[in-house]
Amino acid sequence: MSAYVTKSPWVVHYDGSSCNGCDIEVLACLTPMYDVERFGIINCGNPKHADVFLVTGSVNEQNKGIVKQIYEQMPEPKVVVAIGICACSGGIFKDCYNVLGGVDQVIPVDAYVPGCAARPEAIIDAVVKGLGVLQAKREAMLNKVEKVEEVEEVVEDAVEEPAEEVAEEVKSEGGEE
Amino acid sequence: MIVKTVVSIIAYLVLAPLLGGLLAGLERKLSAKMQRRVGPPVLQPFYDVFKLFEKEKMAPTRFQDFYVLVFVVFVIASGVIFFAGGDLLLVIFTLTIATAFLVVAAYSSNSPYAETGAERELLAMMAYEPMVLLTAIGFYMYHGSFNVRDILGSDSMCFLPMIGIFIGWIFILTLKFRKSPFDLSMSHHAHQELVRGLTTEFVGRTMGLIELSHWYENVVLLGFVFLFFANGTAWGWVLGIVVAIVAYFVEVFIDNTFARMKWQFAFKSSWIIAVVLGMVNVFVLYLCF
Ligand code: SF4
Repeated sequence: MSAYVTKSPWVVHYDGSSCNGCDIEVLACLTPMYDVERFGIINCGNPKHADVFLVTGSVNEQNKGIVKQIYEQMPEPKVVVAIGICACSGGIFKDCYNVLGGVDQVIPVDAYVPGCAARPEAIIDAVVKGLGVLQAKREAMLNKVEKVEEVEEVVEDAVEEPAEEVAEEVKSEGGEE
Repeated sequence: MIVKTVVSIIAYLVLAPLLGGLLAGLERKLSAKMQRRVGPPVLQPFYDVFKLFEKEKMAPTRFQDFYVLVFVVFVIASGVIFFAGGDLLLVIFTLTIATAFLVVAAYSSNSPYAETGAERELLAMMAYEPMVLLTAIGFYMYHGSFNVRDILGSDSMCFLPMIGIFIGWIFILTLKFRKSPFDLSMSHHAHQELVRGLTTEFVGRTMGLIELSHWYENVVLLGFVFLFFANGTAWGWVLGIVVAIVAYFVEVFIDNTFARMKWQFAFKSSWIIAVVLGMVNVFVLYLCF
């Protein structure tokens, strides 16, 4: 049975040091044009209620603590999506003296969305891929896999297939609407 | 008699969350339509609550969950009293105690967002309480009893004689449901200046319980609307249920068309309504009955 978390993924969005290009694309997903609430996705703005952490922009010395803190405040199961090439690797800001690089320098990232700026379709696709990870993490929680490494292993094993399945499911549900 | 009471209590315990959740789902659908979106499936609120129960446990203090549990118990208890045909005043006071415990739970988290939300919730309570009390008094003046059972059993409809109180009740429902323009303490919608206000620090299961008790609470509040139309006949029942559901969607409509007002406005307007419509109506009832 698919976990309910895949049917109601609430997101929290954090702007690392993005140029605002990717932020606007994230917000575009919420507009009537793309309307991600069709899939139960809500931008809740509160890490304690969120399941999906969307980060735009690279991490730097100033905000690495904040990124870590938001991540730690989110209850399991949770996934992190890095949006835009800045969040993936640092992008054009990579060589700045204060930039550490992509988000994965600070917290584990589950899905990367390339592009400058990332397109809304790609962002939605990444969140849907993230649902597979949520599903796997939920199963890991049920099976009482306690050690973090083990959870990650399970996630890695399981991520490919369920991601596809969930994507199919969500797409077909969207189609009916 | 006892059998009837027990059946209605059980029906309330089982059906109220289903009805409340369904109304919440239709509400989101309607909001989406008003914004020209497709919107989530009607069952989305149920998915949300089931999801919340799947999440990891997390709480800033170990007392918070206890306070929330008290909140849930009192909300459900107020509905049980209502649907068992009990005393309206008791229903109102139980609901007030429940909300007070929710405020205490928010305060206990020590989070600035939750605390500001809690303060605003107290202001909202101060704003709506007079009208709530006047409603109960109005029912007493007309029917000569605070008991829901007696009000349901009476053979005359109190809607027209109590029209002022009815309008006042619909007005404060906006505050009670925490809808715009009076969603001061927390909003059902995404993003606002206080993060999630009152509920910022409630995680997973705790948040799920709060959602669930809001559904219970909404059904009781709509039950009050129903009472205005009950006159012992079948068509009174039908009319009451239809008006109660229409009232809910009127609130959703208001929610979607207004921006949030400051607490001063919420406070002043609801006290003015309570005095002008509520008091005058009670006075008229005093003269006539
Ligand atoms: S990827 Fe491009 S659009 Fe996005 S934040 Fe970086 S520079 Fe801006």
